Amino acid sequence: MTLPVDLSTTLGNAWFPTPIFTASGCASSGKELSQFFPLKDIGAVVTKSVMSKPRHGRPTPRMAETPSGMLNSIGLQGPGIDSFLANDVPWLLEQKARVIVSIAGETIEEYSTLARKLRSVSGLSAVEVNISCPNVENRGLVFACDPDASRRVIDGVRKTIGGELPIIAKLSPDVTDLASIARGVVDAGADALALINTVLGMVINLDTMKPHLGGKTGGLSGPAIRPVAVRAIYQVHAALPQIPILGMGGVASGRDALELILAGASGVSVGTASFGNPTALISIQNELRDLLAARGFATVQQAIGFAHRDESV
Amino acid sequence: MSSINRSAVQRKVTIVGNKRVGAYHQILLNVGDLVKSCKPGNFIAIAVGGESSKMVLRRAFAISRVSDNSQYGGTMELIVAPHGSGSRWLCAQIEGTELDIVAPLGTAFGIPTEPINALLIGGGYGSAPLFGLADVLKTRGCKVDMLLGASVGSKIYAPMEGKRSVNSLRIYTEDGSMGETGRVTESLLDIVQQRGIDVIYSCGPMAMLAAITALVADTEVIHQCAVEEAMACGIGICMTCVLPVTNSDGTTSMLRSCIDGPVMDGSHVRWDLVGKVPEVQQ
Repeated sequence: MTLPVDLSTTLGNAWFPTPIFTASGCASSGKELSQFFPLKDIGAVVTKSVMSKPRHGRPTPRMAETPSGMLNSIGLQGPGIDSFLANDVPWLLEQKARVIVSIAGETIEEYSTLARKLRSVSGLSAVEVNISCPNVENRGLVFACDPDASRRVIDGVRKTIGGELPIIAKLSPDVTDLASIARGVVDAGADALALINTVLGMVINLDTMKPHLGGKTGGLSGPAIRPVAVRAIYQVHAALPQIPILGMGGVASGRDALELILAGASGVSVGTASFGNPTALISIQNELRDLLAARGFATVQQAIGFAHRDESV
Repeated sequence: MSSINRSAVQRKVTIVGNKRVGAYHQILLNVGDLVKSCKPGNFIAIAVGGESSKMVLRRAFAISRVSDNSQYGGTMELIVAPHGSGSRWLCAQIEGTELDIVAPLGTAFGIPTEPINALLIGGGYGSAPLFGLADVLKTRGCKVDMLLGASVGSKIYAPMEGKRSVNSLRIYTEDGSMGETGRVTESLLDIVQQRGIDVIYSCGPMAMLAAITALVADTEVIHQCAVEEAMACGIGICMTCVLPVTNSDGTTSMLRSCIDGPVMDGSHVRWDLVGKVPEVQQ
């Protein structure tokens, strides 16, 4: 007999009934997946990173499958914040889904402007500040690769919305010292961290003998990057054990979700797995419940960071 | 609930037939009552490679036709070219194999309420969904003519039983190994004029769809084409399969070919901008 497991979790002061979330950029604004399961049945919908203005994104081809993964090069295509707040958020709240809005900006000011617009919206659970999208025109614009720029973005968002909504800073694994970037954004006011964004990669097409993607480089996702995610979460949780982590990177099964939780994740986002399986979130959630029960965990909380036990500080 | 993907279901189905036809495989799936929601032009997304596969993405295939009166109940036919690792895996599966599918997906060809003169144009295995479409058009009293083209004769897919619903069939190959030498666009305008064509339905390579659109641009002919763009998910969440499409206000949007397609009005697609990014209109 398996005992019921309490799957509830928190990120900052936001509560979620389960730790399984969509991953930003892998569920649009939820409508597409709602045909396959009720969105209220998962922990939260993390919406695709939205910018101030409508955006076309990058040219096609935008996708290349790779062994146990894929590269994407979308470039933050989206409707812009005004249309998003008018159309997508009310619909999500009607579904009784918990909503984490992901924002992305080209400048530090744009993030603050976006955060200000969120202040007028009630019912949101948290804001994810995506400072690590690899698919931007100028790689120098990846704020999360620059400790000072990362801090300034989060500081601007905190001044606008801090204390009202938990701020989750989404970081890139493509840095030398992830723990120091994490410490910087936490000092600047991030309540939680999202780890990891995709890993920068490239595929060369042997027919054209040129980079396959329209944007040349793309973000690698899928099971191929899961060990990178586990390492990143483990390192950051060791450095900042009090800061909740929304973990992501190649989670395709309950086993994978548990691995990230044991490394230190309080919640787990599922991205690329939904591309291959529209009901992946539900099966991962069910598998996770069984795996926790089989290991004697009565709550998810007990399993968070469990891989760090017995380690000297 | 949402209007997006509203007929789609994820289901385990069984392969009940797999035979080679020229360069292609004709694969028959027992899909049960799913056939009732499938329309010509819709597609199916299939998980490939088995449980330990390194292929993480589904493969999308046009639904060639469905039948609800076969010995298995509802069956769905696919025409698959084994040219990539996913399609090769699928073509190697034997009868009795269970597949994880999501279907039906995408838009369908618009079926006229009045009997019209329709011209169906297929390039390569792009002809697959056209035979099912021809059946439906014929039941509406339409006159259906068909043009098929491919680089070589072995890549023409034209099953005997599929020809029943077609008034005439012309075949073109670039090397002349079957039918006439050349492309389907060779004498397209003459055919349109002689036969009083009202609507062209097409499926095949993007260059062919663009060429047809250009040829009929100054005519009254409506061109409904099924586009093909690389997809990761098939259900609208990955944003990889976008095409530049003109909106009613003249602006251009990058629309998903899995949700707003695969069937699109050819005259709305900005073929000149495929693979580029439109100017941002503020």
